[in-house]
Amino acid sequence: MATDLHRTVTPSGPEPAGDPTTDTPVDTAAKADQERPAAVRVQGLSRVFDGRRVLDDLDLEIAPGEFVALLGRSGCGKSTLLRILAGLDREISGTALVPRRKAVAFQAPRLMPWKRVWRNVLLGLDGSSADRARAERALEEVGLGERAGAWPKTLSGGEAQRASLARALVREPDLLLLDEPFGALDALTRIKAQHLVGEVWQRHGCAVLLVTHDVEEAVLLADRVLVMDGGVIAHEVDVALERPRSLTDPRFAALRAGLLERLGVDTSAAA
Amino acid sequence: MSIDHAPPDISPVSSLPRSPAPPRKDPELVPLAAVAGRRSRVPRWVRRTSGPLLLLALWQVLSGTGALPAGILAAPGTIARVAVDLVADGSLPSAMAVSLQRVAVGLLLGLVVGVGLALVSGLFRVGEDLVDASVQMLRTVPFVGLIPLFIIWFGIGEAPKVAIITMGVMFPLYLNVYAGIRGVDAQLIEAGESLGLSRWGLVRHVVLPGALPGAMTGLRYSLGIAWLALVFAEQVNADAGIGYLMVQARDFLRTDVIVVCLIVYAFLGLLADFAVRTLERLLLQWRPTFTGR
Repeated sequence: MATDLHRTVTPSGPEPAGDPTTDTPVDTAAKADQERPAAVRVQGLSRVFDGRRVLDDLDLEIAPGEFVALLGRSGCGKSTLLRILAGLDREISGTALVPRRKAVAFQAPRLMPWKRVWRNVLLGLDGSSADRARAERALEEVGLGERAGAWPKTLSGGEAQRASLARALVREPDLLLLDEPFGALDALTRIKAQHLVGEVWQRHGCAVLLVTHDVEEAVLLADRVLVMDGGVIAHEVDVALERPRSLTDPRFAALRAGLLERLGVDTSAAA
Repeated sequence: MSIDHAPPDISPVSSLPRSPAPPRKDPELVPLAAVAGRRSRVPRWVRRTSGPLLLLALWQVLSGTGALPAGILAAPGTIARVAVDLVADGSLPSAMAVSLQRVAVGLLLGLVVGVGLALVSGLFRVGEDLVDASVQMLRTVPFVGLIPLFIIWFGIGEAPKVAIITMGVMFPLYLNVYAGIRGVDAQLIEAGESLGLSRWGLVRHVVLPGALPGAMTGLRYSLGIAWLALVFAEQVNADAGIGYLMVQARDFLRTDVIVVCLIVYAFLGLLADFAVRTLERLLLQWRPTFTGR
């Protein structure tokens, strides 16, 4: 098991300077966890499906405003983790702390086909603050202002996905969970959507957890890239490249190659 | 702009030593007609009514030539005259009013009971366990067979007639609304949950709209069955209504009156179908389904 690997991920970090009365490093780490502000704090999280431990004593911390990408092979449990953080799966053991204001954009847009786009955006908001103008502002932000009154069936794939993003953003989340939101888009639309998510994140300053299997996308957008394996965060990389990032940057290529290797892809041909 | 044929073959002038690839024949081009040009200019409603009208014309011809004796089935002309008489002396309108009222009350009751039960067993697993098995059992009982029992229970007034219609109507509604609720995409329920919808919010914004197509199908079946149940109910111990008019006509061997009554039934059925179609157009315009060419 990857026990020692995931321990390195636990943000035990440098000891806080103003705390000289520490007995053991473990205590310090726990205390630091309590004090440091976080958008997500997960400790010892496990999820079992029919005897299979999909998440196995997983720890994860995401700072407020941090953009984290979560990579992993198909079936490694990354979507399970996202669903747990979204509050959609509660058959868990361990602790998971998430902000009250969180929002999800799924791989499929999941718009209610019986509601016009603007009503979809306002779905679940309080009646008092939820008026069409607010929905239109959110749609404007993703470039869909003029489609507010359309039925979802008339939207293209990219438009539907942007509407779904607007629906997530309109609730001003502290944590935005993105579950392979670009997976079903064509290459050109995907590039545009990635830029859009980058812009939106910088404007709103919310923490983002992006689940993806696209290494390039992860390195392009995230502050930190996590690789999941064996039910834990098996590897993590800080992406210290300045934004906007360029695919042709050699450091970019090196990060990408390293991550691909972690994911078990032979990069000798790509390198 | 219509190019029906490709330009003629241009064969090589000189037959050089045979090249490995023979000269490519230009493909034959076929004009693609624009959709607007292909669409019929006859309005939809004319096309929809032309079928029944043709049938009517055929009937008149058969009666006129004597192939269809009046004692078996009266000619459309005779029937029209009888219909006018029946309307003029007020017997048909009053019978229709009585029958329509029975259908309306029966339908309403069936709607309340059928949809209510479907909601209970569709939304709650406990409700499903309690309700579904009983309803599935009861629905296999032919509701027409209940008429004698209903007469014993409710007498021979309006109650047994309305009860029969209610019984006939509630099962198709129950089945389709229930199936509609259980057919709602679980992904959309999840999306609703992730957006912070309450339990009631989920029902109102996700489950019920999602069950609407099923409910509409149920309503269609129910309307058809409502008229059927009406015919049965009104032919037993009725003293008013279209069915009563028919029973009377049978006693006097008036096939023309019977046909008028049948036509009234058919017409009312058509009207009901039109109402549901309109309702569907208004309520289900969001549906991304195939609507025919």
